[in-house]
Amino acid sequence: MSLTLILFCILAAVAVGSAFMTIFSKNPIHSAIYLVICFFSIAGHYLLMNAQFLALVHVIVYSGAIMILFLFTVMLMNLNKEDEVHKPRITRWAAVIFFVLMCIVLIAIFIQSKPIVGPYDLTGEDYQSIKVLGKVLLNEYMVPFEFASVLLLVAMIGAVLLSKKEEKS
Amino acid sequence: MDNVLNQIGIENYIFLSVILFCIGVFGVLYRRNAIIVFMSIEIMLNAVNLLFVAFSTYHQDAQGQVFVFFSMAVAAAEVAVGLAILVSIFRNLGSIDIDNLKKLKG
Repeated sequence: MSLTLILFCILAAVAVGSAFMTIFSKNPIHSAIYLVICFFSIAGHYLLMNAQFLALVHVIVYSGAIMILFLFTVMLMNLNKEDEVHKPRITRWAAVIFFVLMCIVLIAIFIQSKPIVGPYDLTGEDYQSIKVLGKVLLNEYMVPFEFASVLLLVAMIGAVLLSKKEEKS
Repeated sequence: MDNVLNQIGIENYIFLSVILFCIGVFGVLYRRNAIIVFMSIEIMLNAVNLLFVAFSTYHQDAQGQVFVFFSMAVAAAEVAVGLAILVSIFRNLGSIDIDNLKKLKG
């Protein structure tokens, strides 16, 4: 086993384990912290594939912004206690069975479909540095890029409007 | 530099993404706390992003990574609006248990 494969296995185990702990931990704060670990290990996968800019953006957006939002909401609603009522037992068992079946079916599909895996040629050209990504983003994807800014603006206004307290008339 | 997929293989990334996506679906079905449901949706989005980057590396093409940028922007917007909705639900109902949200049920 090469070092890269060992690194991949460790990162994958951390990602899957912390994703499970996100779901199973009772306290929402602990869930958020496990989710941060999961996001960091996914950023590690990006680094492993040499997508440096994407790894940085992922850490900033997910582990920074989104996680702060989650933690603030949890603290704002004072959910930092473990009194959640569980779903009925049959629903939970159904969820577990659905999870197992879905895993089996999807993995079986991807094994059975026998994807044609090439020898992973290396063209040698640079395709994921910030320079190239910026060129692609601002040449071919100029219009979606601008629309993303509109989307973020609308989301910001919507979030402010939704969470503003209504004045009693 | 050697291509990292030579040593790992694209199949392993497909399996990892499938498992992460299934964990996300499992979380949506298993928990009642709406915030955990949101976190599970984030896990699902991340699984798909991971596969995008893996195939971008496989095809040596930058467009997959550009798509991941857009999906990150959409995810950020979705989380902001969703959490605002959750806060206003909490103000009105006093809990964010998704089993209490049955007002639309006929």
